[in-house]
Amino acid sequence: MAKDNVLAVLSLSGGNDGLNTVIPYTNPLYRDYRPVLGIPADKVIPLNNELGLYPTMGPLKKYWDEGKLAIFLGIGYPHPSYSHFRSMDIWHTCEPDTIGVDGWLGQAIKEFDPNAENVLTGVNYGRGLPRALAKEGVPVASVGNLETYGLLTGIDGQDQRAQALDVFARMYSPTVGRGYAVDYIRRTGTDALKGADVLATAPSKYTSNVTYNNTAVGQYMKNIAQTHLAGFGTRVLYTTSPYNSFDTHASQMAAHDRLWTDVSTTVDTFYTDLREHQASDNVLLFMFSEFGRRVSDNGSGTDHGAAGVAFAVGEHVKGGLYGEYPSLDPSKQEEGGNLKFNMDFRSVYATILEDWMGLNPTPIIGGSFEKVRFL
Amino acid sequence: MPNQEEIALMGHLLRRAGFGAGRAEIETKAAQGYDAVVQDLLTPEAQTTVDEDIMVRYHPSYNHSAAIEQNVQQWLYRMVNSPRQLQEKMTLFWHMIFCAGHSKIDSGEEMHRMIIMFREHGMGNFQNLLIQLSTFPGMMYYLDNTESHKVALNENYGRELLELFSLGVGMDNNFNYSEDDVKACARAFTGWNVAPAYPPFPYGRSPWEFRYDPADHDDSEKTFLGQTGRWNGHDIIDIICKQPATARFIARHMYNFFVADEVPVPSWRLTPPKDAALIAALEKAYFDSGYDITAMLRVLFTSASFKAANVRYAKVKNPAELVASILRITGEHYGDVKPGLYEISQEPKYMGMDLMNPPTVEGWHTGHEWIDSGTLVERINFAADFLGRSDLPGVQDMIKRLATRGQSLSPEAFVEGCMDMVGCLNISEDTRQELVAHAQRGGDLRHATEAERAEFTRRSSEMFQMLAATAEFQFC
Repeated sequence: MAKDNVLAVLSLSGGNDGLNTVIPYTNPLYRDYRPVLGIPADKVIPLNNELGLYPTMGPLKKYWDEGKLAIFLGIGYPHPSYSHFRSMDIWHTCEPDTIGVDGWLGQAIKEFDPNAENVLTGVNYGRGLPRALAKEGVPVASVGNLETYGLLTGIDGQDQRAQALDVFARMYSPTVGRGYAVDYIRRTGTDALKGADVLATAPSKYTSNVTYNNTAVGQYMKNIAQTHLAGFGTRVLYTTSPYNSFDTHASQMAAHDRLWTDVSTTVDTFYTDLREHQASDNVLLFMFSEFGRRVSDNGSGTDHGAAGVAFAVGEHVKGGLYGEYPSLDPSKQEEGGNLKFNMDFRSVYATILEDWMGLNPTPIIGGSFEKVRFL
Repeated sequence: MPNQEEIALMGHLLRRAGFGAGRAEIETKAAQGYDAVVQDLLTPEAQTTVDEDIMVRYHPSYNHSAAIEQNVQQWLYRMVNSPRQLQEKMTLFWHMIFCAGHSKIDSGEEMHRMIIMFREHGMGNFQNLLIQLSTFPGMMYYLDNTESHKVALNENYGRELLELFSLGVGMDNNFNYSEDDVKACARAFTGWNVAPAYPPFPYGRSPWEFRYDPADHDDSEKTFLGQTGRWNGHDIIDIICKQPATARFIARHMYNFFVADEVPVPSWRLTPPKDAALIAALEKAYFDSGYDITAMLRVLFTSASFKAANVRYAKVKNPAELVASILRITGEHYGDVKPGLYEISQEPKYMGMDLMNPPTVEGWHTGHEWIDSGTLVERINFAADFLGRSDLPGVQDMIKRLATRGQSLSPEAFVEGCMDMVGCLNISEDTRQELVAHAQRGGDLRHATEAERAEFTRRSSEMFQMLAATAEFQFC
């Protein structure tokens, strides 16, 4: 039986500096705008004779060389918001003009599992549910720590906790006629216990030859691999890099170095892990950030900007550059010294939803957007 | 010594009109008498308040913080520590109705100022509150009144003021206003703007002030709810406050927040109130007092409907209530100022209530919708983790009181006692039987020797955790 396609998303929270991620290293304007943060041409990892990756992205370059890394240039949306929260909401809900409630992936999960029969159809790593996964009637587990995930984790002693969970299961045995809210909560408690019990088996089922780096991103991507490999029928796996870590207003050089070291090595570890388990074929990884950063550096870091870059990695990805690199020419910039978008993020979502997940994207992303042929 | 019913009723009052209380506080307040405590709750200015000097000395980051997290943390500190519990509860009440969110406003300090405004005016005159709201810079921006001009009308604020903040769509099967009323309302609020103008980037955030621009105000004649004149925003608010629909709308919100979960707001036009008599009494108090919110609250808390046994533990706790009440019951971050509140202040968000950032202008979906399999795990684990900590003063006190119930406690008496200690919890018979069966495995409880006392403590805190995990504990 063919395995269902799975989407993993890594959100690079804080606004990743696209200009110092995919670098126009031969463009003299880049040198002018980045007197402090400019990366010397000989340090860049060239993709072609105009663009190159940031020096610490070597592990990702491997996937480029294999033709399995798609890079979306100039990605964004019209009338950019420079607020982390608002811009992230726009990416989550696809509603740039009004305030949206439903997340694009929450809606996708609803399509896969309309009656919420598998509480693990969508799993988020990190505490608190990103709005991308929010949708009424869609249960999504948010797992802070997979090793210790579960109910009543504060009860000391394995036997005591096992007994407590046993009592819990009986206390939440389904009822009818106790009033809607009580009946509903009991059903939900039973689901939660079932989900937690199943999820808790993932680490013990998992063996691997690879070691993920000991960062939040590394550990959560490991959890995503563990969940995928455990075969729970999970279709959407989501995690976020530590909150606002890409918000590099100051001392960006060292921070950006480390951020991309962590992300690049983690992505490489993740795919190596899945490949060793013959489980990479049906996984697509998408990485994005809520906006890029200002074209000019501020002497130490960069401020909030507009268009940025996003990435997709996967065995079925047609590697390459998609979209145009936004012009650095001042007359062609977005107001306020920012890069102007030329690729709407909803075009990438449309492609993922339709060509990877087999869903009709139009109701989910709120309109028709031309697909980007990277799958 | 107050009797069991007086204690149970006081527990109910303190959960609903405040953020809950531990057993010791419930007993003390019950001894003061229900009416006296209601009177204290209704007169916050007669009570002491949070010692701000101490608070800011230990949490200097609260002072004019731009970061939303610091402001949320400060608010949770106040929910837990304010002696003016009803004032803090009403602050949350208005935040859940007059929704504006950080995701758009993008200034922690502006959100904090809005919360202060609700705190200062939320128990006063409703007409004044609507004026405060309609001149509040963050709200003007959140609902696009800053984009509404004499020559280019934006109806957003005009509509939401009527639909979500005062009249509601309809009542008794009728509509409360027409589309023409929305336009007239929006026109009356043209020129109600903020300074300095948005956006704050790239120059950084500046504190906003309300600014009325007469040149941008549409001063022409308007007909609003059947009355014609050259209405400005103040006139509109004056007309709104006179409407029976406004009295009904506020009354139903109060009932929904303090007494029992109602159907969602959009259904109020066609679905009559659950408790027509109480709603009518609240409406009467609204008009008799000249729109005084506290007068309505007095009617509510002294009504038989509120005191009735069948409304206790019958309303799903919202995440702020859950988190603040656990801290108050266990005595953690309550009464002593110390670091470590930041992580806890993020908990309501994990449970689906990102304070100061409601999902939309319609606010959070409440009642059973607070709960899904993800948020239920968060709720249970948070409550159980704290109630299981026998090092916390509130938990120690509960165990000490439990021990005074006898030299030897049968499993039945033990479960009964633990239910009382966590706040006179009402649980269903089958749940109680499961817990008794669990307690029976360990037999009777004694506390004469050191070893017995250690076991008594262990089993008590474990039972508190089990109670925190019940479906019933999700209610207040």
